[in-house]
Amino acid sequence: MNKYSDKIKSVLTDLGLSLLSIIVALIVGTLFIYLTDKSPLDAYSALYIGAFGSFRAIVNTLWRSTPLILTGLAVALPFRAGLFNIGAEGQLLMGGFTAGIVGFYFTSLPTIIHLPFAIIAGMFVAGLWGGLPGVLKAKLDVHEVIATIMLNYIAMALTINYGINLFKETGRPATPRIMKSAAMFNFNNMNKYPFLKDLPLSDLFSQPAIRLHLNFFLAVIAAVILWYLLFKTTLGYELRAVGFNPDGAEYGGIKASKSIITVMFISGAVAGLAGVGEVLGTHFSFMQGMDAGYGFTGIAVALIGQTHPIGVILGGLLFGALAQGGLEMQFSGIPSEIVMLIQALVIFFVAALQVFKVYLAKRKAKGGVE
Amino acid sequence: MKKVISLAIVFAFVMMVVFAAVPAAAQEDVRVGIVLSTGGLGDLSFNDAAYRGLQRAEEELGISFDYIEPADPSEDQTALRRFASRGYDLVIGVGFQMADSLKTVAAEYPDTKFAHVDQAFENVPDNIVTLNFAEWEGSFLAGALAALTSESGNVGFVGGVDFALIHRFEGGFYQGAKYINPDIEIQSMYADDFGNPAKGREIALGMIDDGADVIYHAAGGTGMGVFQAAEEEDIYAIGVDSNQNYIAPGYIIASMLKQVDKAVFDTVKSVVNNNYQGGNNLYFTLADGGVDLTSLTKVEQPVLDAYENGTITKEELETIRQMKEEVTAPYADRIAKIKEMIINGEIKVKNWGETGRPENL
Repeated sequence: MNKYSDKIKSVLTDLGLSLLSIIVALIVGTLFIYLTDKSPLDAYSALYIGAFGSFRAIVNTLWRSTPLILTGLAVALPFRAGLFNIGAEGQLLMGGFTAGIVGFYFTSLPTIIHLPFAIIAGMFVAGLWGGLPGVLKAKLDVHEVIATIMLNYIAMALTINYGINLFKETGRPATPRIMKSAAMFNFNNMNKYPFLKDLPLSDLFSQPAIRLHLNFFLAVIAAVILWYLLFKTTLGYELRAVGFNPDGAEYGGIKASKSIITVMFISGAVAGLAGVGEVLGTHFSFMQGMDAGYGFTGIAVALIGQTHPIGVILGGLLFGALAQGGLEMQFSGIPSEIVMLIQALVIFFVAALQVFKVYLAKRKAKGGVE
Repeated sequence: MKKVISLAIVFAFVMMVVFAAVPAAAQEDVRVGIVLSTGGLGDLSFNDAAYRGLQRAEEELGISFDYIEPADPSEDQTALRRFASRGYDLVIGVGFQMADSLKTVAAEYPDTKFAHVDQAFENVPDNIVTLNFAEWEGSFLAGALAALTSESGNVGFVGGVDFALIHRFEGGFYQGAKYINPDIEIQSMYADDFGNPAKGREIALGMIDDGADVIYHAAGGTGMGVFQAAEEEDIYAIGVDSNQNYIAPGYIIASMLKQVDKAVFDTVKSVVNNNYQGGNNLYFTLADGGVDLTSLTKVEQPVLDAYENGTITKEELETIRQMKEEVTAPYADRIAKIKEMIINGEIKVKNWGETGRPENL
């Protein structure tokens, strides 16, 4: 009983502190908004309305969070095992590209086969792309940061430069559009299905501007599975043990190299799912610029979420809201540079908070000794 | 710690209440909304040109406009839809990435007028007009000028991304150079990137090593590296889209103009005058001044503006003037003649964007 209330208290403290740092960021942001001769109040009300002001805004915030949650998870999981996966960007590209190819290449499969096939193919290739640095780390002791950064460049060259060029005759720098049978279910189309159209919210969802698609739910499911894996299974225990002290874990009979490869494969597949969703749900083809740096933003998402799968969902939602509301800020006359600056300030203050917390914990520990 | 949390919660609550007040949008006669391509303003080419067109329309036609620079392609649709839903009279989308989104949104708002810059559609809906440019004709002139000024008989082309739109530039340049000198050697490279000056410089330096002494680019920001290489190695470059002659004074002999500003201005004007040509793919060509080469004899307004706002010094302005006199003015008549022949159909320039880029050049 006591244990639980302690836990709840610490979670609440964390949430309150995160909220506080967001508010500090917004206050510092007002200084920059003053530079543009606009009212900060208008700007922030636009940010809020854009992200949460209507049903549509909220749903689209979920949509924008989807790839960020997934790349956040892809960074958070290896982090628990003491590995820093900088390669989510490359894994996302490989996954998205594979799904894009599978999506248009098979012309006569039914959705029930085509869609899962495209998703799994994308995740598998991305998993291999993530697993490779895992193997290098485990067998040859190549540092995973170097390996994943290099694999990012190779993935960009393979997919954006070489891959898209294969289809340049189509006149657009993208792979051909995927078949309808490979497209992810979009909530916009809810009232076109016999059972779903009777659900309570189906009218609200059928506004044309709703972009939310199936991948958001896959992302949440992925987070729950990873949480279970990390905290409720032997593998998760081993992972965390390796992250805590690799030599100690080895001594205790855990095969560190196997854990490293497994965790990197899973992480790659999860990052791949982000790309798969963007291709099969949002853009319907693999196009230049669709990655939008999600793999790198994912690092910040993972840190803000304290590398806890559920925290990552919250972190992803925060970034999704900033992205979704940022556009609305531009509509209220704030230049896009200032919008980006405010987004960066939020990240900065939330990250700074982590340092502050470590400091607090240390002080508390010292106090305990005295 | 408790205090901090409750303070934060109170703060958040106060802010939410404050945010509930929504500012009302002002009403004007004709309102234009433009969604720029991901490069955004400051690209010294495409987006800037569209923006200039709207500024001119604001001054001369009394319209008002708002613009959005999307952070990534997933924002395109949302931005276009916001303009349409707020009752803007004309909504403009810039760049090929926007094409699908623009079609989707235009179908939802049949009473709003749309314009798309840089991609022709099949079966254009009645509320869309697409603005396209005969880049191959303008680039033909650039190729001819390059061949005329080259002493080594070796010229270069640096493209942004290897696809149909940029092939139009490459094709025009290639045909123009071959028209002047059938034996000329033409190096052609793609940077696979519109925003990478370092790569542009590498490619240009490589071409110069292999003997090129005039290089034309159609690569957006990547082209800035081409100019830098030209300056370093003392060869000539040709700019693209806007008048770029002042960027490396004395080293850029001309720019191939793609008058996006004019096309945008004309479209806004058509909406103001109620003769909007919806349902059409419009082409702006040499004949109507939609594409052109900057003057080979005199220094033009954009360069003078650059001097006036301090981007270049008086000496640099003088260098440009002198360069025009010595390097390009002797060929002005020849180029004017070729231009005339293209307009009246004596020279037929192939559009590689449609015919495809020939294999083994």
